[in-house]
Parts: sequence; C-alpha cells; structure tokens
Amino acid sequence: MKSRHAPAPRDPAPPTHSIGLPRPLVDGLDKVSGRALYTADLPFAGALVGRIGRSTVAHGLIRRIDATRALALPGVRAVITGADFSAPYGVIPIAENEWPLARERVRYRGEPLFAVAADDARTAQAALAAVEVEIDPLPAYFDTESARSPDALQLHDDKPGNLERRVEQDFGDVEAGFAAADLVLERNYDCAEVAHGQIELNATVAQWDAEREQLTVHSVTQVPYYLHLMLAQTLGLDGAAVRVVKPFVGGGFGHRVEPLNFEMVTAALARAAGGTVKLELTREETFLTHRGRPATQTRLKIGLKTNGEITAVDAEVVQRGGAYAGYGLVTILYAGALLHALYRVGAVRYRGYRVYTNLPPCGAMRGHGAVNVRFAFESLLDEMAGQLGLDPFALRRANLITPPYRTLNDLQVNSYGLPQCLDAVEKASGWHERRGRLPQTPGLRRGLGMACSHYVSGSAKPVHWSGEPHAVVLLKLDFDGGITLLTGAADIGQGSSTLLTQVVAEVLLLPMPRIRVVATDSALTPKDNGSYSSRVSFMVGNAALRAAEALKRVLVEAAARRLEVAADEIEWLGESCAVAGSDRRLLFADVVQAALVDTGTLTVKGTWSTPPETQGGKFRGAAVGSTAGFSYSAQVVEVEVEEDTGAVRVLQVWSAHDCGRALNPLAVQGQVQGAVWMGLGQALGEETQYHEGLPLRANFIDYRIPTSVESPPIAVTLVESIDPLGPFGAKEASEGGLHSVPPALAAALHDATGLRLHALPITPDRVLEALQQRQRDERLAAARAQRAALAAAAAASSSGG
Amino acid sequence: MAQRWLQLQVNGRLHTLAAHGRALLLDVLRDGLQLTGTKQGCDGGECGACTVLVDGEPRLACITLAASIEGRAVETIESLATQGRLSALQRAFHEKLGAQCGFCTPGMVMAAEALLRRVPQPSEAQIRDALAGNLCRCTGYVKIVESVQAAAGAAQERLP
Repeated sequence: MKSRHAPAPRDPAPPTHSIGLPRPLVDGLDKVSGRALYTADLPFAGALVGRIGRSTVAHGLIRRIDATRALALPGVRAVITGADFSAPYGVIPIAENEWPLARERVRYRGEPLFAVAADDARTAQAALAAVEVEIDPLPAYFDTESARSPDALQLHDDKPGNLERRVEQDFGDVEAGFAAADLVLERNYDCAEVAHGQIELNATVAQWDAEREQLTVHSVTQVPYYLHLMLAQTLGLDGAAVRVVKPFVGGGFGHRVEPLNFEMVTAALARAAGGTVKLELTREETFLTHRGRPATQTRLKIGLKTNGEITAVDAEVVQRGGAYAGYGLVTILYAGALLHALYRVGAVRYRGYRVYTNLPPCGAMRGHGAVNVRFAFESLLDEMAGQLGLDPFALRRANLITPPYRTLNDLQVNSYGLPQCLDAVEKASGWHERRGRLPQTPGLRRGLGMACSHYVSGSAKPVHWSGEPHAVVLLKLDFDGGITLLTGAADIGQGSSTLLTQVVAEVLLLPMPRIRVVATDSALTPKDNGSYSSRVSFMVGNAALRAAEALKRVLVEAAARRLEVAADEIEWLGESCAVAGSDRRLLFADVVQAALVDTGTLTVKGTWSTPPETQGGKFRGAAVGSTAGFSYSAQVVEVEVEEDTGAVRVLQVWSAHDCGRALNPLAVQGQVQGAVWMGLGQALGEETQYHEGLPLRANFIDYRIPTSVESPPIAVTLVESIDPLGPFGAKEASEGGLHSVPPALAAALHDATGLRLHALPITPDRVLEALQQRQRDERLAAARAQRAALAAAAAASSSGG
Repeated sequence: MAQRWLQLQVNGRLHTLAAHGRALLLDVLRDGLQLTGTKQGCDGGECGACTVLVDGEPRLACITLAASIEGRAVETIESLATQGRLSALQRAFHEKLGAQCGFCTPGMVMAAEALLRRVPQPSEAQIRDALAGNLCRCTGYVKIVESVQAAAGAAQERLP
C-alpha cells in the first residue's frame, strides 16, 4: 500500500569529502597507545575505596543491618544503607521501583544491601565482613511458572500475579488469516538468558564537595543524562549540583543504558564520607548487575499461502524479567512491535507477559526485545518453507514491503533494502550452487542456513518526553580556526565521535583534524538522550548535519561581506572560498576572522527531532518500535556438525546490512561484524545459569563468549538504500544484524543434520542428545516395523495354512 | 602486611618500589607505576586484558606475583611507541579498526606483539591461536586478525 506519510527526500549533496570514506576512529590513537583513560584509570590519588555488601538471600525481609563494628574499624570512613537515599530509581519514569541499596526487602541474591568506603581495599573488605545483617527469608521464584502461580507471593505490591506488564495487541483478522492459509504451523521456542559481557568492569568515581554540596561523577555509562537525573533524584540533589562525566567506556551493548545501582551507591558513599570514592566492581558483580536479555519462551503460530505469503501471525511471549522493572515493559513491547516492519504480514495477534522473578533484573541488550522472537519467527519460516517445498529466499521474497509503507501497527517504513540484502548473501554464499551439495565427510555434516532481521534507528519517542529536540549539537568556532563539536552523545566504542566529525567535515569540506570533539561532560556539552536503540548516527548525526549547515551559512555570509558580493556568489571550497567565476578568494583563516568581527567566538546549534508520522500509532505502547528509519539485514551461515560430539562449528557467515548510507564503511563493517558475532555467541553457547538464585556462570570461564579460535570469518556487504530522513541517508548499523544470526545458524544445523532445535543456545550436548534421540527413534521404528512384518508374515502363514 | 623493596624492570626502566609479597604485577603496574594502559577485565585469568610481556612472552599480569618477575624484563603497551610514534602493530590496529571500544586492545596488541616476534609471517590460524586467550566483545575478531595480518605484511614490505 502506498502511504501518504512519505517524507520529502532531503536531497543531500553527494558525499565526496569525508562521508563514505573508511576512516579510523578519531580516538583510536589513544586506544592503541594505551593512553585512553577509562573510569578505573582516572588518576584520583587518595580516593577512598568503595565496596558493596550484597544479599545472600534471594527473597527476604531485612530485619537489621548493623554497621557498628564496621564503623569502629580504623580506616573505615562511611557505611551506608538504603536509608541514605531519598527516592527509588528506574530508567522508565512509570516504573521506578528499585533502590540503589535494598530497603525493607531484598528480591534477588546479590542485591546490594549496604556499602562501605575505606582508606584502602583491605580495610573496605574487612568492613564488609563486619557489618551484621539479618534477613527473614521469603519464598523465592526462579522461573516464570512458579512466579505466576496463584499462591505465589507478590514481589511488588502493585503487581498482582508478579506480572510486570501484560501486552495484548491485535492487528487485522488473525482467524480469517489462518483460515485463508494453506499451511498453518505452531511451535514453541525457548531462549536462555544472556549477558552483555562488555570487557570493561563496572566502575565509578564520585567526588563530593561538602562545602558547595556539589557532586561530580565519572562513570561507565552509555547515557550520562539518565544517570544525571537519577543521581539527583536518589540523592535528593538539585540537578545543577550534579556533574556527570563519561570517560572512555569499554563497551556497553545495553548494560549501561540504565542508571545502575553502583553508580548511585558510589555517589552516596562520597557524600557520606565527605570526599572522593572510587568503586570498582568485580567481574562477578558486573554479571550480577546484569540487565541482560531475558530468558524467553515464545509460542508462535504462522499461516502461509502456498506461494509463501504470510496470512497471519499469532505470538505469545513470556519473559523472565528478574526482580525489578528496569527496561522490562519496553522489552516486552519490542517483542511484539517488531513482529511487524520486516515483512508484509496479513494479521498479527500478540500476547506478551513480563514476569517478576527473584533473579538479577534483566534490561536492554543489543537488539533489545526482538532477538528471541526473531529466532522463533525465522526458524518457523524455515521449517514451513521446507514443508511447502519453497526455497527460504523465495519465501522471504513473497513477503517484501514496498516503501513508503505503513505497517499494521502504525510503524513507518521509508526505506527498505531487504531485497538487495537477500540478493547479496544469496550470491556471496553460492546458495543455489552449494546448498545440498556441500562436501560431506563421515561423521561431519555441513549445511547452509539463512534468515532476515531489522531494527530501529533510535526510538522515535524518547523515554523522557520533555518536548525538547531528540538531539542537539553545538559547534564552537574561535580565533584559532579550530571547530569544537560539543555533544552529549556517548562514544562507547561504536565510533559516534568519529562519525559526527565526518558529518561536520563533509558539510564544511574541511579536513577532519580541524574538528575536535568534546563529549559527555554535563558541565560542557548539551544534553543527549544517549547511546541506545541505535539512535546516535541517525539523530545526533542529523543534528550535527544541521549545525554544520548553520555554521557554513555564517561563514559564507562573512566571506560575502569581506569580498563585498552577495552570499549566493560565494563558492565554498572548505579551506578557502571564492567568488564564483573569478579568481578572488579567501583562505579559511580569513573567513574565520571575518566571521568573528563584532561578535567574537561563534557558537551555532543544530537540532533534530523525529517527524510526527514516524512516532507510531495511538494505542497503548505504540511508541515502542516506532522509529524514523528501519535497518534491514540478511545472513547466510555455514556450519559443520560433528556427529560424534554434537559440536557445531561455524565456518563462515555472509552478512548483508542495509545501513541506508555507510557514513564510514570501515566502522559500519566493524559494527555489523560485531553484531553478527554476538548473535553467534548467543546461538552457540552463551547462557547465564542460576541455582536457587545463585549465579553459576558469573565469570568468563563459565559464561563462554566465543574466542578468536571459535569465531568464523564474517563477510559483510553494505546495502545503501539512502533513507529519506537519515543524515546523508544513513540508518543504524550495529544491532539489526544480530537478530537473524541464531535462526540462520539453526537453519544451517537443520540443513546439515535434518534436526530442528527450538532452543538456544545450540550447545553440543543439545545437538548430541537430539542426534541420539533420532537414532533411538529410528531403531525403535525399525524394530517395530520388523515386529509388524513378522507378525504379518505369521498371520499370513497361519491364515494360509 | 609486610612490605619489601621490589626491583622491577618495566619498559626498559628500573623501578624500585615497596610492595607486599602478595602484590600482583597488574596492581604494581597500574597503582604503583601509573601504567594504566594494562587493563583488568575479570577476576583473574579469564579475559586476557592484562596481557604484558615478560622476557618477550605473553603473561597475564592479574595472576602474576610481582615478586616472581624481579630481574626479568616487563613490557607493557606503553613501551611500543617510539618517541610518541606508534609501532607498526599499533598503527595497524588503529587503521584497520582492530580496536572499537579499545578496552581489550592493549592486551590484544601485546599478545600479537609476542606472536609477531616469534613468527613474523603468521598464518590466520596461528594468529587466531595466539589470541585465543584474549577476549574481545566488539569486533568478532575479524578486524583484529586483519590488523595483525596488515602489521605482518607491512613488516614484510620493509624487508630488503
């Protein structure tokens, strides 16, 4: 269907100067030289050492926390509890139900209970042991079934049935869709909980200026703005008394989108001790802080016509959310919203249940909310393609969207590179020539599988709806001819500072070194909504584009004044400008000088907001999933399966990603490879595990992220669909490739072995069990057939005799 | 806890510092010598972010007693550049995007440095083997392998 919502294309000048070129990161030199300072590296000599005391009980009432003995130890400067905070916190304004340190009740094992600040680590450790804690245990629930049982105790008083959020969405006539289908299939899928596993440990340094009653916090955050809000709220401070600085950050992947308990705890410790406190979490504690992707059960039913057309979708999703709200209600909404906008679908019914349990809280993780449901969706399509005798590519092609397109749930698709993604991986993998003809050796089975996915380029409605623009960028130009780009966008390794530099350099046709980025210091830089939901390239990129255009207008006008011509006669060449058609020109330094006359240091602003038509529909929860630009992705995975052990080895991945326009092809490739690889980790072996709430894998030995030896080559094709709203046509690049990897791998496993696995991760023991079960079934069937044949023969001989 | 004088040769300089007998090399480098390029990413021997060279061999500084390497040559990421100019390996990691967030990078570069000294022209499998103890969560290792290959190739080109 054609839509009246098509935005006017922006018609950007064809990039020639900086955009579209592979550029190393502007802060890469600091990283490879070891000079880059991450939070734990900051030289705060004499800082007190902070430590957190945690609950050993998964669910219970706090009877007593007595710090008397701890405070008596020499060198102990402060002990704090939940009573030291003014208010609870949470990333979603309507779901703030967590305290930085538990009050009255603990809800998961490892929940922060109290914290100490001491002169050194040994004293802090001794102080932890000296605090006396009494907790009366309550019944605890570690799975969604027991948490939802009618006699289960409520974890939160306002949430009966331990349901944090129930979502019911119906779009179109699902029953009619199934009735019109030629094949209807229903399956259950199970995905284990996974964690971000960023390599940098969590750490915060907080400085409390007791005389001024002001707080400065350096932390590992992806969203300094949320942290700023929650520091002020939980400590009862005016926002202006808080300064938040993000140093270099060693990866995020969603772990650090929410304000996290240890950040507020460090600040409260600094205030209590009247000084500077540095708190570094261990790897075990970093896992406990969690906010990972929830364990997810999906019941999915799809109806298809014989040509592959999707007539109806019915999905029920249950997420094991953990003990607190966090991002949970958004996660369960994403799971339903992104059933749409990848393919044309006839009708969709979605039921989502986010359940509280006595485990560390889940949150946002790369591909937020949509990864596990996409595993189910693509796996079921693969199975149904087999039953219909359709090629998996042909099935996808039967359901393509023509942009501009409005989905059933009011999402706006303005650009759609999925067809080109399909073509690219089909060709690159040699799909038709190689599938079914791969070299097979005894005991080793090889196979190919494919799947598709998509993701948002930033949520079109921000979490805090304040009426402000989505993104603000400032450019400061001064006497030295240097341009300082001031942004709150958090570079967490994805390269946001680099691409913003490229955007400004492109518009002004200036060399990148003329532009310096100052980022993420609330005292200096404009507020930004942060690095999550792949919003930065699209939204902050657009703001940077507009800021650069504003600066260029000022400079062109100044040049025109100096050269005494009209502005439209000026030909802008970057390091110089000229009167068109003449040899009269000014060097950049002269233009800057002219521009500063009478005004001095120049600061221009660029802002950007999502157009209303991209902000989703009017129903409850409609904002989640809405975006100004969807990315698209397709993968082919080739696997080798060892039949004796069940080991699955990925030999190669071919990935194609529609990123709109590759602002920096090198960085975009790196993002896509990282997303694909993280999907492989979830597909092959990653899984947190708990025993009665005790984490069993809170380290990198037991939580196995793939090493270099287990990781395959990942060949990336970038598809440039040139989005009408993206900066230079760009869209997201670092999440959407993840979702399709687990189902492509499962499809490849089926191609290799004939096995359909409906659970993640696809570990060797699961594969081996499935292979052995099939052997047992085959032997049993053969024995039954033999018995039947004998019986038939006996019957025949007796009746004949 | 009793402290003793420790003599450590780090990045070609001899340092004398007081440390207790159970001090870990990582803590001595980071807290004692302010060489914060060497990172800690785990609770001991899990991730490789703290990889340094001891007599040219990669070692995990987080599970190495400082006292055990007295008299041996320690090299950290800070030693690779010459007068502020990057080594070929560092330059390759920079230009080929072997570093995204950069946190595993110092350990990764040191592990690769040890490999290239031993095997100047490694195969892809040799590179992947040599880096198997260094976890990276950003890159999928693709551009890390390419960075090491590029550095090896650049060294090859410089040969007469």
